[in-house]
Amino acid sequence: MSLLSNTAILLDKELRTEFRSRELLTTTAVFILIVLVLFSFAINPGTEEARQFAPGLLWLAILFASSLMFQSCFLREQTNDTLSSLRLAVSDPFAIFLAKLIANTLFLLLTELMMLPFFAIFYNIPLWSKLPVLILVLFVGSLGISIAGTAISAISAQARMRELLLPLLLLPLLTPVLVVSSLVTASLLDREPIVQWKGIGFLAVFDLIFLTALWLFGEYLLEE
Amino acid sequence: MTALRIPPTGLRFENIDKRYGGLFALRRISFEIAPGECVVLAGRNGSGKTTLLRVAAQIVKPTAGKLSFPGADAALPANGRPGYVAHTTMVYDELTAEENLLLFGKLQNVENPAARAEELLREVGLMERRDSLVRTFSRGMRQRIAIARALIHRPSVLLFDEPATGLDPPGITWLANSLREVNRAGCTVVMSLHGESEISALATRAVQLDAGRVIADTQSGASLHSILTFGSA
Repeated sequence: MSLLSNTAILLDKELRTEFRSRELLTTTAVFILIVLVLFSFAINPGTEEARQFAPGLLWLAILFASSLMFQSCFLREQTNDTLSSLRLAVSDPFAIFLAKLIANTLFLLLTELMMLPFFAIFYNIPLWSKLPVLILVLFVGSLGISIAGTAISAISAQARMRELLLPLLLLPLLTPVLVVSSLVTASLLDREPIVQWKGIGFLAVFDLIFLTALWLFGEYLLEE
Repeated sequence: MTALRIPPTGLRFENIDKRYGGLFALRRISFEIAPGECVVLAGRNGSGKTTLLRVAAQIVKPTAGKLSFPGADAALPANGRPGYVAHTTMVYDELTAEENLLLFGKLQNVENPAARAEELLREVGLMERRDSLVRTFSRGMRQRIAIARALIHRPSVLLFDEPATGLDPPGITWLANSLREVNRAGCTVVMSLHGESEISALATRAVQLDAGRVIADTQSGASLHSILTFGSA
């Protein structure tokens, strides 16, 4: 009960600080938009090629943008040593992770939903009929990215070469999420769409395994 | 400052070691602080004062040894959590003074956190700035909100790491008066200080550290002065 209430209080703090500064949302959205625009020049919109490669580009853009988001996730807490005050205040340190990863997932999802119309326009791929399943794929994929990203962010924030360390650890770790999310999205956006439930199941299992690992070992990541 | 609701608690360090890689920050630290004492930790830069305070605050886990709080009431979880004021404010710049206090009050299950936040804001003289973001505060105001945050859960042990840093003379007088009141209310106070000041005058005991070891521990006035001015104890 205290885990859930602490998480809710911390989530409120995460959302309040972000919507006040809008640093993460703006950076992530602009980055994804730039990548989508640049690649739209390389791929002819509306062609089979676009349908084949655009989902991968979308997920690649999401992955790189999320690594920008995670850089400041725990770094923000170091400015005034607020991580120490949080650790003193919460009964279960997992609440700190849980609040951050929920906030990161929400920020990622919000950015992705804002970017979907641009994606549909730039690559001339109709999305409307597949939107519910696409949102499900975006959710399980983004959750996986957020869980791993939040954990790696806690590790890298304490390291000397943190800007370099985060993508170096994060990108290989998230390769399975990138590959499966891209395949599932590509199948969904095909002229004859197929919902790959096995792929969605794989992403859900990935989320569950990493969430459990974070629950078991997260406390050690916060130690000085 | 508000009187305590909970019984005073002491602090006991038993053979505490803290090592960062091959470097010993603390070596075999063993001493006890009685409930209600006001103790100054003295020593040169790098002597281990901050590490010892962070161990006492339970932010840093010791490599070896045991930390305990004699007299702590197990039925009140907040009682075992000291209030800690560090070099930094440990509050969020993007939140208002009141939001910060509410956040830490709620996290620590403070009864009626809104009323407690208001009470503390009044006591630290920030009531008129309750809705201002902390990033707009001066150094002195930041120190006040940091102290209010540390007191939000009515701790029975207060730890201060160089509390006078950045404060002007009226701020130091305010801090000394606040600490006196908190200590009189039964709160155990442990603070690291450099040199003598209005704040060090509150101390009834001084513990001197050097290279992570306790090299002097005194309660007599002359020795206390000597330790605070880095003379020999």
